[in-house]
Amino acid sequence: MIVMFELNGKSVSARVVHPTSLLAMLRDELRLPGSKNACEEGECGSCSVILDGDLVCSCLVMAADVERSVVTTVEGVGDDGKLHPVQQAMLDSGGVQCGFCTPGIVMTAVDLFDRVESPSPDDIREALAGNICRCTGYGAILRGLEAL
Amino acid sequence: MTAPPSTTLTDHVTGTVNGIGESTVRPDGIPKLQGSFAYASDLETEGMLWAATVRSPHPHARIVDIDPGPALAIGGVHAVLTAEDVPGRLLFGLEHPDQPVLASDVVRYWGEPVAIVAAEDPETARIAAAAVTVEYVVLDPLVDPEEADTRDEVFRRIRIRRGDQDVRGSVVVEGVYEVGMQDQAPLGTEAGLAIPDGEGGVDLYATTQYVHADHSQIVASLDLTAEMVRSHPTGIGGAFGAREDVNLHIHLCMLALYTRRPVKQVYQRSESFTGHVHRHPARLRYRHEADEDGRLVRVEADVLIDGGAYASTTSAVLGNACYFAVGPYKCDNVNVDGVGVRTNNPPCGAMRGFGAVQVCFAHEAQMDRLAAALDMDPLELRRRNALATGDALATTGQRIDTPLPTREVIDSLVAMPMPEDDDSEDPLRLPGGTGLTTERRDVRRGVGYAFGIKNLGFSEGSDDYAQARVLLSPQGAIVETAAIEVGQGLVTVVGQIARSALGIGNVEVRHIDTSRIGSAGSTSASRQTQLTGGAVLAAATALRDRVLTEFAGEYLDDDGVWRDGELVVPYAELASGGWEETTTFRHPPTEEPDENGQGTLHADFAVAGHRAIVDVDVGLGLVRVVRIDTAQDVGKALNPESVRGQIEGGILQGVGLAMMEELIVEGGVIRNPTFTDYLLPTVLDAPDVEALLIEQEGSWGPHGAKGVGEPPTISSTAAVAAAIREATGLALPRVPIRPEHVALEGGV
Repeated sequence: MIVMFELNGKSVSARVVHPTSLLAMLRDELRLPGSKNACEEGECGSCSVILDGDLVCSCLVMAADVERSVVTTVEGVGDDGKLHPVQQAMLDSGGVQCGFCTPGIVMTAVDLFDRVESPSPDDIREALAGNICRCTGYGAILRGLEAL
Repeated sequence: MTAPPSTTLTDHVTGTVNGIGESTVRPDGIPKLQGSFAYASDLETEGMLWAATVRSPHPHARIVDIDPGPALAIGGVHAVLTAEDVPGRLLFGLEHPDQPVLASDVVRYWGEPVAIVAAEDPETARIAAAAVTVEYVVLDPLVDPEEADTRDEVFRRIRIRRGDQDVRGSVVVEGVYEVGMQDQAPLGTEAGLAIPDGEGGVDLYATTQYVHADHSQIVASLDLTAEMVRSHPTGIGGAFGAREDVNLHIHLCMLALYTRRPVKQVYQRSESFTGHVHRHPARLRYRHEADEDGRLVRVEADVLIDGGAYASTTSAVLGNACYFAVGPYKCDNVNVDGVGVRTNNPPCGAMRGFGAVQVCFAHEAQMDRLAAALDMDPLELRRRNALATGDALATTGQRIDTPLPTREVIDSLVAMPMPEDDDSEDPLRLPGGTGLTTERRDVRRGVGYAFGIKNLGFSEGSDDYAQARVLLSPQGAIVETAAIEVGQGLVTVVGQIARSALGIGNVEVRHIDTSRIGSAGSTSASRQTQLTGGAVLAAATALRDRVLTEFAGEYLDDDGVWRDGELVVPYAELASGGWEETTTFRHPPTEEPDENGQGTLHADFAVAGHRAIVDVDVGLGLVRVVRIDTAQDVGKALNPESVRGQIEGGILQGVGLAMMEELIVEGGVIRNPTFTDYLLPTVLDAPDVEALLIEQEGSWGPHGAKGVGEPPTISSTAAVAAAIREATGLALPRVPIRPEHVALEGGV
């Protein structure tokens, strides 16, 4: 089947053959590899995207279910290639090491700062609770986002 | 963090921006943040097939027959290969080849590869792998490490005898300790793309920590000449030891050469848990003897680690466990008997800390027990025995001739301020979190200290070296290396080293393949900043000196060569001159141990300490690690923020081992190979961390730098355990410590 939806501000259509996830469609069909596949069961948050205003794990969403939806991935944040403020904050604070969790953490932080104007340190921790980072121990990520 | 005052924007020698000592940002940070950084799992090329692996469902079985027919009958399947299709050496292995590329007669662990498949898409490849019919005769697995020891199923035994066998102490403590099987769980799973070159050779882009070791094993098993295989560095999503060994590398090259098509594979998470080695589970029996003043008189240890089915790095891990069995303490009379056994459990190998983690958990528990038996402050006991430069390592007798600030680490850590008592009822600050299970009145606070030591770089007579090249191009200075960036920040720090040495700010670091440069060795053993950093410093310094000599210049910068305040050679002219320098850097030589385990086995050491502060609901067994303070011997912090990142990340892996991380293996089968069941610390499990960097000059690393990656993981686990013991009064001789170990023991 063909799935049509809005992706990062543009109308797109994608061919879906097998029953597949939004994550697989983004990566394999639409050639947007920014969303990462690290567990495929909604535990690590590396595949996080914003779907119709909600932060979701794209590995848990069926591709066919995003028909007529609005999806934002890490490739769609920031303005004309410029870094989004949460990306800049994480760069400056040393919040990126291997970077595999980074797109998911960026999406979580973008969603949080969209919803809450001045999130507290506890708000940030609670928001990030669904994102596993294996490298940083989270300290530099928190310092970056708390400085925003 | 209390960092040295080194975050100014100019280097002290040349005035170069983003040189050593600065917390310069990562050059790969922006593409990683934007999702455009190419990891191995993101690579693709025209006409690419997808691979899948057929794995044994039994930990021990004889293979009677493999029938690829049903898989080959599926449309879109291009190949099913078995051991018969391995063109060259049937075995591979990082230290010695003992592991089949594909099992032929017997499978020796659950998940061992038996056949490999290539198909048009990943789904078809997986369906085809499931359709390959393998007939097994199931055999009894050997899964008890003690039984394996009795049966002499061993990879290595180490016997250390030092000092006088008759000297005894008046105060004696004994203990038996266990460490569970931890997984590295890097976020990126194993992935790779092999591309045939059309002339019988192949290019491989795959997750790794060590391209040259992959290359030599691929060449042997493919029966090709070295020139016909090129192993390329690529984007890696973490490693922590999981990527030192070959896994999909030879498979992908075989499939690419057979199908004459590019072949890609990405392990799913559950396959990743069987597709790489783990931290060795360990059983440790200790006896410490001291005099009435608390001086260690004698330490005896039996170290047993389970290597699983194949050797991997068990020999070296056992070496570390035995050589660091006493910790950063002096003792003249030491016996250690170590064994790394062979079983039908999952193969174990490298993970951050590499043997030192397991024994640290035990020797630090012993030091606390000894302090209690002496009625002495446990920190005073450690001070009295602190190992220093000029002392002999308790196990091997090696005279330590690089800075070893154990005493400074202890004193600095103790002097760090303690957090206030917490009377908050906020669930985020209570053990158990928002489950709302705990009330503050049921919570007890505990504080525990632990200290650890480990070697840096390869040991026991290894010819450990790294090659690097520095050249001047029209785009700026280029550093070329085959050293693998796994996320730790090598790409940042070697750029800083080159900038400071050359005086040129415009430096790019390029990771190049095995055909274009010599080995940089493995990204492991905390060694790349010292080894590849050392090579880059030597190459950049030699190149600058040659340029300045050639043009009688005084200094070099982005504009060119300067003399008497005038630009004498513009950079553009220099860049067309073919200036380059390739250097191989070696650390001081080490020896193999003698028959008593004695000798100069190690090139350098690092020491660190951790203070854990925990809150425990003893009745429910719930623990919150509130804070970890650390002091770490770093030599010289070349990038303080990056060092801090290693410290914080390493500590959380240590907390994970203390609290939750364990692969549960029953009858040789991993019961929890998913992120749902193998628990990793989230941000809500992460303690606040304060870090003090202890800088002392004198190590052979560039500018005196020491490796910093492993020490944070070595004693943090032991410190958390000590803190929980203090809060509960329980012995807690095993990690991870789960709620039932606290609650069902009843506490104090």
